[in-house]
Amino acid sequence: MARFDVMELHRRVLRIRRFEERALELQKAGAIPGPLHPSIGHEAACVGACAPLRDDDWMTGNHRSHGHPIAKGAALAPLFAELLGKKTGVCGGRGGSMHLADFSVGSLAETGIVGAGLPIAVGAALSSRVRGTDQVALTFFGDGASNHGTFHESLNLAAIWKLPAIFFCENNGYAATTSAAATTSVADISARAAGYGIPGVVVDGQDVIAVAEVVQHAVARARRGDGPSLVEAKTYRYCEHAEGAGMPGHYRAREEIARWRERDPVALSRARLLRDGAASEAALARLEAEVEREVEDAVRFAEASAFPDIGEATRPAFASEAAR
Amino acid sequence: MSTREVGYVEAIHEAQLIALASDPRVILIGEDLGLMATPGAPYAAYAKNRIWSTPISESGFVGMSVGAALTGLRPIVDLVISSFAYVAFDQIINQAGKAAGMFGWQRRVPVVFRAGMWYAQNMAAHHSDRPYALFTNTPGLKVALPATPADAKGLLLSAVRDDDPVLIFEDRNLFAERGPVPGGDAPVPLGRAAIRREGRDVTIVALAACVGHALRAAEKLAGEGVSAELIDPRTLVPFDRDAVFRSVAKTGRLVIADPGHKTGSFAAEIAALVAEECFDALKAPIRRVCTPDVQIPYSPALEHVLYPDPEKIAAAVRSVTSAR
Repeated sequence: MARFDVMELHRRVLRIRRFEERALELQKAGAIPGPLHPSIGHEAACVGACAPLRDDDWMTGNHRSHGHPIAKGAALAPLFAELLGKKTGVCGGRGGSMHLADFSVGSLAETGIVGAGLPIAVGAALSSRVRGTDQVALTFFGDGASNHGTFHESLNLAAIWKLPAIFFCENNGYAATTSAAATTSVADISARAAGYGIPGVVVDGQDVIAVAEVVQHAVARARRGDGPSLVEAKTYRYCEHAEGAGMPGHYRAREEIARWRERDPVALSRARLLRDGAASEAALARLEAEVEREVEDAVRFAEASAFPDIGEATRPAFASEAAR
Repeated sequence: MSTREVGYVEAIHEAQLIALASDPRVILIGEDLGLMATPGAPYAAYAKNRIWSTPISESGFVGMSVGAALTGLRPIVDLVISSFAYVAFDQIINQAGKAAGMFGWQRRVPVVFRAGMWYAQNMAAHHSDRPYALFTNTPGLKVALPATPADAKGLLLSAVRDDDPVLIFEDRNLFAERGPVPGGDAPVPLGRAAIRREGRDVTIVALAACVGHALRAAEKLAGEGVSAELIDPRTLVPFDRDAVFRSVAKTGRLVIADPGHKTGSFAAEIAALVAEECFDALKAPIRRVCTPDVQIPYSPALEHVLYPDPEKIAAAVRSVTSAR
């Protein structure tokens, strides 16, 4: 198994964190028109899952998906411009926060409908089989989606045909404000893999290297033609389900949030680099400054960009007409 | 190749086999497709990687077709019976219909959904729907209604080469019909109506099997001195409004025969368009012959009286031509 570029993983973890923090600041300042579903707390899961993927592999996300394209290698400026609804956004301002698909990095679909991205990833995996490539497709979903019919249908479809799919669950313990314990028949969602005859593993979602190593095995298995795997990363979101949407906030004990914050993915990744001698304090400070600059450049780009032309509002819904 | 007499279902298979042979990106997806690809069967050559006989998982395999379409394939999905589409509503409407536009036209979604309308078959309410109008009220989906074997073949060939998602509703009451069908690769363009009969006094726009009913009505009316023009729109999205407007400008009267339920029907849309655009040409009220808004009953004594038939269409025509 190849070793990971640990500094690059840390950079991506930081890019997501800083991107999300700035997005929240801009939302509070009134610059972001819609709600945000921040993935602060999930960064190691996002980055670890994408680390073993190639640029030409595919990924689908969900509504909490700022981190996914960033983890897959997307440029930040078009993502930030999309949050602001600008013409230069990755989707031209038509998608917004919940739909940051960036096809240039294989980010196929992020969907506001929980569970909808899983079968789309299965289709990408099928496409790889039909076209005779060794591309794999990874789909991100949450604990809530594991109760959706599409989860079960997708695992079965991928399993019967041994399609190169990786089902990656970010289990943050809550579907909006409802705890997974109250809605889910098993403590570990990975246990559901057994029902489909595929491997299911749990990994510490706060540890980027641990996640990357587990997913690396699943990716290798998929590329070999041995079929799909289910990986469950135990993680946590610090923010509310949706910021800026007036969601209630009284369903988690303060102690619970504090306990998870003690295992913050950014801090853990940083500490490990220092402990292993992979980076010095000075190198980390330089990296942090670079990421800070990159995010600020993205914000400036987004703010300076124009809104889409009003004529775009009624652009025909069809490729054939739009091309005319 | 020359035109021969071919059955409606046989014509569909001709189109699928041509599509498979002429484009390696075309695959078939659907339930219970296994037998058609067994050794010696017409699709045997495509058994390995092009025919995907699925579990009963409509959300799963419709979503899969979207993922396959986003990554370079052109799936034809057989939903068998049109009401099964409801099980996959999210994947058809939210994913297939919206992915191209919502993601800023980064990709197209070239997928075809075939759905049979098994009404008038004594199958009761769950299998007897004619739901095409539902799919015309959501952006991004094209809708075709082949009423002849030639159109069953030709519209499918155009649909599979179209870059947008296309739903084709095939009328079970026409499955036994035979008619002239051009041999070889004979696509029928989407969005072009067929004038099935020319006339002076009244325009009948008829959908699906109502085209045949309206033709018989027109023949009967001719004996009564009423000259009816019959238009088969063939596709509802895109809709050849000019063909209808031209005809109404000539006749001044409009009857619409639509096997769908009356409220919110496509007949209502055609009536509204003509009322908006051709009001000055109208010499009489527009009439709709549709199916009443009831759950389709099982008993043949109850079911068959509900649908439009030649006599109901003729009566509607008489009601607007009697005061000539």
